[in-house]
Amino acid sequence: MEAILTAVIPVVIIGVICAAILVIASKVMAVKEDERFPAVRECLPGANCGACGYAGCDGYAKALCESENVPTNLCIPGADSTAKQLSEILGVEFADVAEQVAVVHCAGDCRHTQDKVTYFGIESCAAAKLTYGGKGSCTYGCLGFGDCANICPQDAICVADGVARIYPHHCIGCGMCVKACPNHLISLVADTDRAVVACSNKDKGSQTRKVCSNGCIGCKKCEKVCPLGAITVSENVAVIDCGKCAQCPDFGVCAKNCATGAIGTFSVS
Amino acid sequence: MTKLIIILLSAVFINNYVLSRFLGICPFLGVSKKLDSATGMSLAVIFVMLMATAATWPIQTYLLDPNGLGYLQTIVFILVIAALVQLVEIVLKRYMPSLHKSLGVYLPLITTNCAVLGVTILNIDEGYTFPEAMVNSLGSGLGFFLAMVMFSGVRSVLEASDVPKSFRGLPITLTAAAIVSLSFLGFGGVIENLFA
Repeated sequence: MEAILTAVIPVVIIGVICAAILVIASKVMAVKEDERFPAVRECLPGANCGACGYAGCDGYAKALCESENVPTNLCIPGADSTAKQLSEILGVEFADVAEQVAVVHCAGDCRHTQDKVTYFGIESCAAAKLTYGGKGSCTYGCLGFGDCANICPQDAICVADGVARIYPHHCIGCGMCVKACPNHLISLVADTDRAVVACSNKDKGSQTRKVCSNGCIGCKKCEKVCPLGAITVSENVAVIDCGKCAQCPDFGVCAKNCATGAIGTFSVS
Repeated sequence: MTKLIIILLSAVFINNYVLSRFLGICPFLGVSKKLDSATGMSLAVIFVMLMATAATWPIQTYLLDPNGLGYLQTIVFILVIAALVQLVEIVLKRYMPSLHKSLGVYLPLITTNCAVLGVTILNIDEGYTFPEAMVNSLGSGLGFFLAMVMFSGVRSVLEASDVPKSFRGLPITLTAAAIVSLSFLGFGGVIENLFA
Protein backbone atom coordinates (compact mmCIF):
# COMPACT_ATOMS: atom_id res chain seq x y z
CA MET A 1 0.00 0.00 0.00
CA GLU A 2 2.73 2.39 0.97
CA ALA A 3 4.63 1.64 -2.22
CA ILE A 4 1.60 2.62 -4.28
CA LEU A 5 1.10 5.82 -2.31
CA THR A 6 4.73 6.91 -2.70
CA ALA A 7 4.28 6.59 -6.44
CA VAL A 8 0.81 8.07 -6.77
CA ILE A 9 1.16 11.03 -4.43
CA PRO A 10 4.11 12.75 -6.19
CA VAL A 11 2.46 12.34 -9.60
CA VAL A 12 -0.82 13.72 -8.27
CA ILE A 13 0.96 16.63 -6.64
CA ILE A 14 2.87 17.45 -9.84
CA GLY A 15 -0.35 17.11 -11.84
CA VAL A 16 -2.25 19.43 -9.51
CA ILE A 17 0.55 22.00 -9.56
CA CYS A 18 0.63 21.93 -13.38
CA ALA A 19 -3.15 22.23 -13.55
CA ALA A 20 -3.16 25.15 -11.11
CA ILE A 21 -0.48 26.97 -13.10
CA LEU A 22 -2.38 26.42 -16.35
CA VAL A 23 -5.68 27.59 -14.90
CA ILE A 24 -4.11 30.73 -13.48
CA ALA A 25 -2.20 31.40 -16.69
CA SER A 26 -5.25 30.99 -18.89
CA LYS A 27 -7.23 33.35 -16.65
CA VAL A 28 -4.52 35.98 -16.30
CA MET A 29 -3.34 35.89 -19.87
CA ALA A 30 -6.63 35.35 -21.62
CA VAL A 31 -6.80 36.95 -25.06
CA LYS A 32 -10.11 38.52 -25.90
CA GLU A 33 -11.58 37.18 -29.10
CA ASP A 34 -14.26 39.06 -30.93
CA GLU A 35 -17.47 37.23 -30.08
CA ARG A 36 -18.83 37.98 -33.55
CA PHE A 37 -15.98 36.10 -35.21
CA PRO A 38 -17.48 32.57 -35.04
CA ALA A 39 -20.82 33.85 -36.36
CA VAL A 40 -19.16 35.73 -39.19
CA ARG A 41 -16.97 32.78 -40.07
CA GLU A 42 -20.03 30.52 -40.08
CA CYS A 43 -21.67 32.65 -42.80
CA LEU A 44 -18.77 32.37 -45.19
CA PRO A 45 -18.75 29.37 -47.51
CA GLY A 46 -15.33 28.09 -46.44
CA ALA A 47 -13.98 27.56 -49.94
CA ASN A 48 -10.84 29.56 -49.00
CA CYS A 49 -10.67 30.72 -52.61
CA GLY A 50 -9.26 34.18 -51.92
CA ALA A 51 -11.66 35.99 -54.25
CA CYS A 52 -12.28 38.54 -51.48
CA GLY A 53 -8.61 39.49 -51.47
CA TYR A 54 -7.92 38.11 -47.99
CA ALA A 55 -6.04 34.97 -46.97
CA GLY A 56 -8.95 32.54 -46.94
CA CYS A 57 -12.31 32.76 -45.18
CA ASP A 58 -10.71 33.10 -41.73
CA GLY A 59 -8.75 36.12 -42.90
CA TYR A 60 -11.83 37.81 -44.34
CA ALA A 61 -13.88 37.07 -41.21
CA LYS A 62 -11.13 38.55 -39.04
CA ALA A 63 -10.88 41.66 -41.20
CA LEU A 64 -14.68 42.09 -41.06
CA CYS A 65 -14.68 41.91 -37.26
CA GLU A 66 -11.77 44.28 -36.84
CA SER A 67 -12.80 47.06 -39.14
CA GLU A 68 -16.12 48.67 -40.00
CA ASN A 69 -14.81 49.78 -43.35
CA VAL A 70 -14.35 46.31 -44.84
CA PRO A 71 -17.22 45.80 -47.30
CA THR A 72 -19.48 42.81 -46.68
CA ASN A 73 -20.01 42.11 -50.38
CA LEU A 74 -16.54 40.82 -51.21
CA CYS A 75 -17.45 37.13 -51.01
CA ILE A 76 -18.28 36.24 -54.60
CA PRO A 77 -18.96 32.50 -54.10
CA GLY A 78 -21.37 33.29 -51.24
CA ALA A 79 -23.16 35.94 -53.33
CA ASP A 80 -26.07 38.01 -52.05
CA SER A 81 -27.24 35.67 -49.30
CA THR A 82 -23.85 35.68 -47.57
CA ALA A 83 -23.52 39.44 -47.91
CA LYS A 84 -26.98 39.86 -46.38
CA GLN A 85 -26.17 37.62 -43.40
CA LEU A 86 -22.87 39.36 -42.83
CA SER A 87 -24.51 42.77 -42.92
CA GLU A 88 -27.08 41.63 -40.35
CA ILE A 89 -24.46 40.31 -37.93
CA LEU A 90 -22.19 43.30 -38.24
CA GLY A 91 -25.00 45.86 -38.43
CA VAL A 92 -23.81 47.57 -41.57
CA GLU A 93 -25.59 48.45 -44.77
CA PHE A 94 -26.06 45.64 -47.26
CA ALA A 95 -24.63 46.12 -50.71
CA ASP A 96 -25.26 43.93 -53.71
CA VAL A 97 -22.58 41.45 -54.69
CA ALA A 98 -21.43 41.71 -58.26
CA GLU A 99 -21.58 38.04 -59.24
CA GLN A 100 -18.91 36.97 -61.61
CA VAL A 101 -18.28 33.97 -63.78
CA ALA A 102 -15.16 32.74 -65.45
CA VAL A 103 -14.96 32.59 -69.24
CA VAL A 104 -12.37 30.90 -71.45
CA HIS A 105 -10.90 33.00 -74.23
CA CYS A 106 -10.17 30.13 -76.56
CA ALA A 107 -12.36 28.02 -78.81
CA GLY A 108 -9.63 26.14 -80.64
CA ASP A 109 -10.99 22.64 -80.21
CA CYS A 110 -9.85 19.64 -82.23
CA ARG A 111 -12.18 20.49 -85.13
CA HIS A 112 -10.68 23.94 -85.64
CA THR A 113 -7.01 23.53 -84.88
CA GLN A 114 -4.39 20.77 -84.97
CA ASP A 115 -1.58 19.48 -82.86
CA LYS A 116 1.87 20.37 -84.13
CA VAL A 117 3.67 17.69 -82.09
CA THR A 118 2.83 14.61 -80.09
CA TYR A 119 3.40 15.36 -76.42
CA PHE A 120 4.75 12.77 -74.01
CA GLY A 121 5.27 14.16 -70.56
CA ILE A 122 3.69 15.30 -67.36
CA GLU A 123 -0.03 15.71 -67.86
CA SER A 124 -0.31 19.32 -66.82
CA CYS A 125 -0.72 22.59 -68.72
CA ALA A 126 2.10 24.26 -66.78
CA ALA A 127 4.52 21.49 -67.78
CA ALA A 128 3.34 21.31 -71.38
CA LYS A 129 3.70 25.08 -71.72
CA LEU A 130 7.42 24.73 -71.04
CA THR A 131 7.98 22.56 -74.11
CA TYR A 132 7.65 24.91 -77.10
CA GLY A 133 4.43 26.46 -75.81
CA GLY A 134 2.44 23.22 -75.75
CA LYS A 135 1.50 20.62 -78.30
CA GLY A 136 -1.12 22.64 -80.20
CA SER A 137 -0.20 24.64 -83.27
CA CYS A 138 -1.53 27.80 -81.58
CA THR A 139 0.79 28.75 -78.74
CA TYR A 140 -1.73 31.21 -77.29
CA GLY A 141 -4.55 28.71 -76.96
CA CYS A 142 -5.85 26.24 -74.44
CA LEU A 143 -3.25 23.60 -73.59
CA GLY A 144 -6.00 21.10 -72.82
CA PHE A 145 -4.58 19.30 -69.77
CA GLY A 146 -7.11 20.84 -67.44
CA ASP A 147 -5.04 22.59 -64.76
CA CYS A 148 -8.09 24.83 -64.39
CA ALA A 149 -10.45 21.85 -64.09
CA ASN A 150 -8.24 20.27 -61.42
CA ILE A 151 -8.21 23.37 -59.26
CA CYS A 152 -11.90 24.21 -59.65
CA PRO A 153 -13.64 23.69 -56.28
CA GLN A 154 -17.06 23.27 -57.94
CA ASP A 155 -16.18 20.90 -60.80
CA ALA A 156 -17.51 23.59 -63.10
CA ILE A 157 -14.82 23.08 -65.73
CA CYS A 158 -14.31 20.19 -68.07
CA VAL A 159 -11.92 19.75 -70.95
CA ALA A 160 -13.81 18.69 -74.07
CA ASP A 161 -12.23 18.27 -77.51
CA GLY A 162 -9.02 19.78 -76.18
CA VAL A 163 -10.50 23.02 -74.84
CA ALA A 164 -11.55 23.89 -71.31
CA ARG A 165 -15.24 24.69 -71.01
CA ILE A 166 -16.94 26.32 -68.04
CA TYR A 167 -20.51 25.63 -66.96
CA PRO A 168 -21.68 29.12 -66.02
CA HIS A 169 -24.39 27.78 -63.69
CA HIS A 170 -21.86 25.86 -61.60
CA CYS A 171 -19.20 28.58 -61.60
CA ILE A 172 -19.02 30.55 -58.34
CA GLY A 173 -16.58 33.13 -59.70
CA CYS A 174 -13.78 32.41 -57.24
CA GLY A 175 -11.10 33.04 -59.84
CA MET A 176 -8.85 30.11 -58.96
CA CYS A 177 -8.80 28.92 -62.57
CA VAL A 178 -7.76 32.42 -63.68
CA LYS A 179 -4.57 32.02 -61.68
CA ALA A 180 -4.08 28.40 -62.73
CA CYS A 181 -4.07 28.92 -66.51
CA PRO A 182 -0.47 29.33 -67.72
CA ASN A 183 -1.70 31.00 -70.93
CA HIS A 184 -3.95 33.45 -69.04
CA LEU A 185 -6.95 32.43 -71.12
CA ILE A 186 -9.54 32.66 -68.37
CA SER A 187 -10.97 35.88 -67.02
CA LEU A 188 -13.81 36.82 -64.71
CA VAL A 189 -16.71 38.78 -66.16
CA ALA A 190 -19.94 40.07 -64.64
CA ASP A 191 -22.67 37.45 -64.68
CA THR A 192 -24.96 39.29 -67.09
CA ASP A 193 -25.84 38.94 -70.76
CA ARG A 194 -22.47 38.88 -72.38
CA ALA A 195 -20.52 38.40 -75.56
CA VAL A 196 -17.12 36.77 -75.19
CA VAL A 197 -14.22 36.73 -77.59
CA ALA A 198 -13.13 33.11 -77.59
CA CYS A 199 -9.61 33.74 -78.84
CA SER A 200 -6.41 35.15 -77.40
CA ASN A 201 -4.13 34.84 -80.40
CA LYS A 202 -2.08 38.02 -80.76
CA ASP A 203 -0.51 37.08 -84.09
CA LYS A 204 -1.50 38.75 -87.36
CA GLY A 205 -4.74 37.60 -88.96
CA SER A 206 -3.13 35.48 -91.66
CA GLN A 207 -0.93 33.71 -89.09
CA THR A 208 -3.91 33.10 -86.77
CA ARG A 209 -5.94 31.75 -89.66
CA LYS A 210 -3.23 29.20 -90.44
CA VAL A 211 -3.29 27.63 -86.98
CA CYS A 212 -6.97 27.87 -86.07
CA SER A 213 -10.09 28.37 -88.14
CA ASN A 214 -11.93 29.69 -85.08
CA GLY A 215 -9.43 32.40 -84.18
CA CYS A 216 -9.89 36.16 -84.11
CA ILE A 217 -8.12 37.64 -87.12
CA GLY A 218 -8.49 41.23 -85.96
CA CYS A 219 -10.63 42.32 -88.93
CA LYS A 220 -12.41 44.96 -86.77
CA LYS A 221 -15.83 44.12 -88.20
CA CYS A 222 -17.23 43.67 -84.69
CA GLU A 223 -15.78 47.03 -83.71
CA LYS A 224 -17.84 48.63 -86.47
CA VAL A 225 -21.14 46.83 -85.86
CA CYS A 226 -21.19 47.21 -82.06
CA PRO A 227 -23.83 49.86 -81.33
CA LEU A 228 -22.21 50.88 -78.03
CA GLY A 229 -18.54 50.87 -79.01
CA ALA A 230 -17.87 48.20 -76.44
CA ILE A 231 -15.43 46.30 -78.65
CA THR A 232 -11.91 47.35 -79.44
CA VAL A 233 -9.28 45.42 -81.34
CA SER A 234 -5.86 45.60 -79.77
CA GLU A 235 -2.87 43.44 -80.62
CA ASN A 236 -4.86 41.68 -83.35
CA VAL A 237 -7.52 40.38 -81.01
CA ALA A 238 -10.91 41.86 -80.11
CA VAL A 239 -11.58 42.85 -76.49
CA ILE A 240 -15.11 43.39 -75.18
CA ASP A 241 -15.98 45.79 -72.37
CA CYS A 242 -18.51 43.72 -70.41
CA GLY A 243 -20.00 46.66 -68.53
CA LYS A 244 -21.15 48.26 -71.79
CA CYS A 245 -21.99 44.95 -73.42
CA ALA A 246 -24.69 44.16 -70.83
CA GLN A 247 -26.76 47.17 -71.97
CA CYS A 248 -26.60 46.26 -75.66
CA PRO A 249 -29.86 47.04 -77.54
CA ASP A 250 -28.93 44.70 -80.36
CA PHE A 251 -27.51 41.84 -78.30
CA GLY A 252 -25.55 39.30 -80.31
CA VAL A 253 -24.98 41.42 -83.39
CA CYS A 254 -21.21 41.13 -82.98
CA ALA A 255 -21.37 37.32 -82.87
CA LYS A 256 -23.57 37.22 -85.97
CA ASN A 257 -21.16 39.40 -87.90
CA CYS A 258 -17.95 37.70 -86.82
CA ALA A 259 -16.17 36.32 -89.86
CA THR A 260 -14.60 33.39 -88.06
CA GLY A 261 -17.03 32.66 -85.23
CA ALA A 262 -14.60 33.78 -82.59
CA ILE A 263 -17.30 35.65 -80.62
CA GLY A 264 -19.79 33.72 -78.57
CA THR A 265 -22.78 35.03 -76.63
CA PHE A 266 -24.41 33.98 -73.42
CA SER A 267 -27.78 35.13 -72.22
CA VAL A 268 -28.63 34.85 -68.51
CA SER A 269 -32.38 34.48 -69.00
CA MET B 1 34.23 22.58 -24.40
CA THR B 2 35.31 19.86 -26.82
CA LYS B 3 32.84 17.52 -25.20
CA LEU B 4 30.00 20.00 -25.75
CA ILE B 5 30.91 20.34 -29.42
CA ILE B 6 31.06 16.57 -29.78
CA ILE B 7 27.63 16.26 -28.13
CA LEU B 8 26.18 18.95 -30.38
CA LEU B 9 27.58 17.57 -33.63
CA SER B 10 26.79 13.96 -32.83
CA ALA B 11 23.21 14.93 -31.92
CA VAL B 12 22.81 16.74 -35.22
CA PHE B 13 24.45 14.22 -37.56
CA ILE B 14 25.20 10.82 -36.07
CA ASN B 15 22.36 10.30 -33.66
CA ASN B 16 19.93 12.34 -35.71
CA TYR B 17 16.58 11.82 -34.02
CA VAL B 18 14.61 11.28 -37.19
CA LEU B 19 17.07 9.62 -39.53
CA SER B 20 19.11 7.47 -37.14
CA ARG B 21 16.99 6.96 -34.04
CA PHE B 22 13.66 6.97 -35.94
CA LEU B 23 11.87 9.11 -33.38
CA GLY B 24 9.41 11.80 -34.45
CA ILE B 25 8.57 10.10 -37.73
CA CYS B 26 4.97 11.34 -37.62
CA PRO B 27 5.75 15.05 -38.11
CA PHE B 28 8.65 14.09 -40.39
CA LEU B 29 6.23 12.48 -42.85
CA GLY B 30 3.22 14.62 -42.06
CA VAL B 31 4.49 18.19 -42.13
CA SER B 32 7.39 17.94 -44.58
CA LYS B 33 5.32 18.60 -47.69
CA LYS B 34 6.14 22.30 -47.84
CA LEU B 35 9.29 24.08 -46.82
CA ASP B 36 7.62 26.80 -44.75
CA SER B 37 5.53 24.43 -42.67
CA ALA B 38 8.55 22.15 -42.22
CA THR B 39 10.56 25.12 -40.95
CA GLY B 40 7.79 26.22 -38.59
CA MET B 41 7.42 22.73 -37.18
CA SER B 42 11.18 22.33 -36.71
CA LEU B 43 11.53 25.66 -34.92
CA ALA B 44 8.69 24.65 -32.61
CA VAL B 45 10.45 21.32 -31.94
CA ILE B 46 13.79 23.03 -31.12
CA PHE B 47 11.97 25.41 -28.80
CA VAL B 48 9.99 22.68 -27.02
CA MET B 49 13.01 20.35 -26.71
CA LEU B 50 15.01 23.07 -24.96
CA MET B 51 12.11 24.03 -22.68
CA ALA B 52 11.35 20.40 -21.86
CA THR B 53 14.96 19.61 -20.98
CA ALA B 54 15.22 22.73 -18.84
CA ALA B 55 12.17 21.57 -16.91
CA THR B 56 12.66 17.81 -16.72
CA TRP B 57 16.39 17.59 -15.93
CA PRO B 58 16.00 19.37 -12.55
CA ILE B 59 12.90 17.32 -11.76
CA GLN B 60 14.76 14.06 -12.35
CA THR B 61 17.92 15.15 -10.54
CA TYR B 62 16.51 16.97 -7.54
CA LEU B 63 13.08 15.38 -7.08
CA LEU B 64 12.84 11.86 -8.46
CA ASP B 65 16.36 10.47 -7.95
CA PRO B 66 16.87 11.52 -4.29
CA ASN B 67 13.53 9.97 -3.36
CA GLY B 68 14.10 6.75 -5.28
CA LEU B 69 11.24 7.52 -7.66
CA GLY B 70 13.25 7.10 -10.87
CA TYR B 71 10.69 4.63 -12.19
CA LEU B 72 8.11 7.45 -12.42
CA GLN B 73 10.30 9.17 -15.02
CA THR B 74 8.17 8.54 -18.10
CA ILE B 75 4.78 9.49 -16.69
CA VAL B 76 6.10 12.57 -14.86
CA PHE B 77 7.97 13.76 -17.93
CA ILE B 78 4.92 13.41 -20.16
CA LEU B 79 2.83 15.29 -17.63
CA VAL B 80 5.34 18.10 -17.22
CA ILE B 81 6.05 18.48 -20.95
CA ALA B 82 2.35 18.58 -21.84
CA ALA B 83 1.62 21.20 -19.19
CA LEU B 84 4.71 23.18 -20.15
CA VAL B 85 3.81 23.36 -23.82
CA GLN B 86 0.28 24.45 -22.98
CA LEU B 87 1.69 27.16 -20.74
CA VAL B 88 4.12 28.30 -23.41
CA GLU B 89 1.26 28.47 -25.90
CA ILE B 90 -0.80 30.67 -23.58
CA VAL B 91 2.16 32.96 -22.92
CA LEU B 92 3.01 33.24 -26.61
CA LYS B 93 -0.59 34.00 -27.54
CA ARG B 94 -0.67 36.83 -25.05
CA TYR B 95 2.73 38.43 -25.46
CA MET B 96 4.09 37.35 -28.85
CA PRO B 97 1.14 36.97 -31.24
CA SER B 98 3.35 36.93 -34.32
CA LEU B 99 5.47 34.06 -32.98
CA HIS B 100 2.29 32.30 -31.88
CA LYS B 101 0.95 32.64 -35.38
CA SER B 102 3.96 30.95 -36.93
CA LEU B 103 4.50 28.25 -34.27
CA GLY B 104 0.97 28.09 -32.87
CA VAL B 105 -0.49 25.25 -34.92
CA TYR B 106 2.55 23.05 -34.37
CA LEU B 107 2.91 23.47 -30.61
CA PRO B 108 -0.04 21.26 -29.57
CA LEU B 109 1.09 18.69 -32.14
CA ILE B 110 4.42 18.13 -30.42
CA THR B 111 3.28 18.09 -26.79
CA THR B 112 3.27 14.31 -26.85
CA ASN B 113 5.83 13.79 -29.58
CA CYS B 114 8.18 10.92 -28.90
CA ALA B 115 11.21 12.88 -30.14
CA VAL B 116 10.70 15.42 -27.35
CA LEU B 117 10.16 12.75 -24.70
CA GLY B 118 13.08 10.80 -26.17
CA VAL B 119 15.47 13.75 -25.79
CA THR B 120 14.57 14.30 -22.15
CA ILE B 121 14.87 10.63 -21.21
CA LEU B 122 18.09 10.05 -23.18
CA ASN B 123 19.63 13.12 -21.51
CA ILE B 124 19.14 11.36 -18.17
CA ASP B 125 20.25 7.94 -19.43
CA GLU B 126 23.48 9.34 -20.86
CA GLY B 127 24.25 10.91 -17.48
CA TYR B 128 24.66 14.42 -18.92
CA THR B 129 25.15 17.45 -16.69
CA PHE B 130 22.66 20.31 -17.13
CA PRO B 131 24.69 22.28 -19.75
CA GLU B 132 25.44 19.09 -21.63
CA ALA B 133 21.77 18.14 -21.58
CA MET B 134 20.80 21.54 -22.96
CA VAL B 135 23.41 21.31 -25.72
CA ASN B 136 22.21 17.82 -26.59
CA SER B 137 18.62 19.09 -26.81
CA LEU B 138 19.68 21.96 -29.04
CA GLY B 139 21.61 19.55 -31.27
CA SER B 140 18.69 17.15 -31.44
CA GLY B 141 16.38 20.00 -32.39
CA LEU B 142 18.80 21.21 -35.05
CA GLY B 143 19.09 17.64 -36.35
CA PHE B 144 15.31 17.48 -36.61
CA PHE B 145 15.36 20.82 -38.43
CA LEU B 146 18.01 19.55 -40.84
CA ALA B 147 16.10 16.36 -41.56
CA MET B 148 12.81 18.22 -42.10
CA VAL B 149 14.29 20.85 -44.42
CA MET B 150 16.22 18.25 -46.43
CA PHE B 151 13.22 16.01 -46.76
CA SER B 152 10.87 18.83 -47.74
CA GLY B 153 13.34 19.55 -50.56
CA VAL B 154 13.24 15.91 -51.61
CA ARG B 155 9.45 15.93 -51.51
CA SER B 156 9.13 19.07 -53.61
CA VAL B 157 11.23 17.34 -56.26
CA LEU B 158 9.05 14.23 -55.95
CA GLU B 159 5.98 16.39 -56.45
CA ALA B 160 7.21 17.52 -59.85
CA SER B 161 8.34 14.11 -61.06
CA ASP B 162 6.40 11.47 -62.89
CA VAL B 163 5.99 8.75 -60.26
CA PRO B 164 4.61 5.33 -61.30
CA LYS B 165 0.97 5.13 -60.31
CA SER B 166 1.36 2.36 -57.73
CA PHE B 167 4.13 4.32 -55.98
CA ARG B 168 2.28 7.63 -55.69
CA GLY B 169 1.68 9.12 -52.25
CA LEU B 170 2.95 7.33 -49.19
CA PRO B 171 5.01 4.55 -50.84
CA ILE B 172 7.33 6.89 -52.70
CA THR B 173 7.55 9.14 -49.62
CA LEU B 174 8.63 6.24 -47.41
CA THR B 175 11.11 5.04 -50.03
CA ALA B 176 12.62 8.51 -50.27
CA ALA B 177 12.75 8.75 -46.47
CA ALA B 178 14.63 5.46 -46.34
CA ILE B 179 17.21 6.67 -48.86
CA VAL B 180 17.70 9.98 -47.02
CA SER B 181 18.09 8.05 -43.77
CA LEU B 182 20.61 5.71 -45.40
CA SER B 183 22.72 8.70 -46.41
CA PHE B 184 22.93 9.79 -42.77
CA LEU B 185 24.40 6.43 -41.74
CA GLY B 186 27.53 7.59 -43.54
CA PHE B 187 28.23 10.01 -40.68
CA GLY B 188 28.75 7.11 -38.23
CA GLY B 189 32.18 7.29 -36.59
CA VAL B 190 33.09 10.64 -38.12
CA ILE B 191 32.90 12.83 -35.01
CA GLU B 192 34.92 10.59 -32.67
CA ASN B 193 37.83 10.70 -35.08
CA LEU B 194 37.43 14.42 -35.78
CA PHE B 195 38.74 15.36 -32.34
CA ALA B 196 41.00 12.37 -31.75
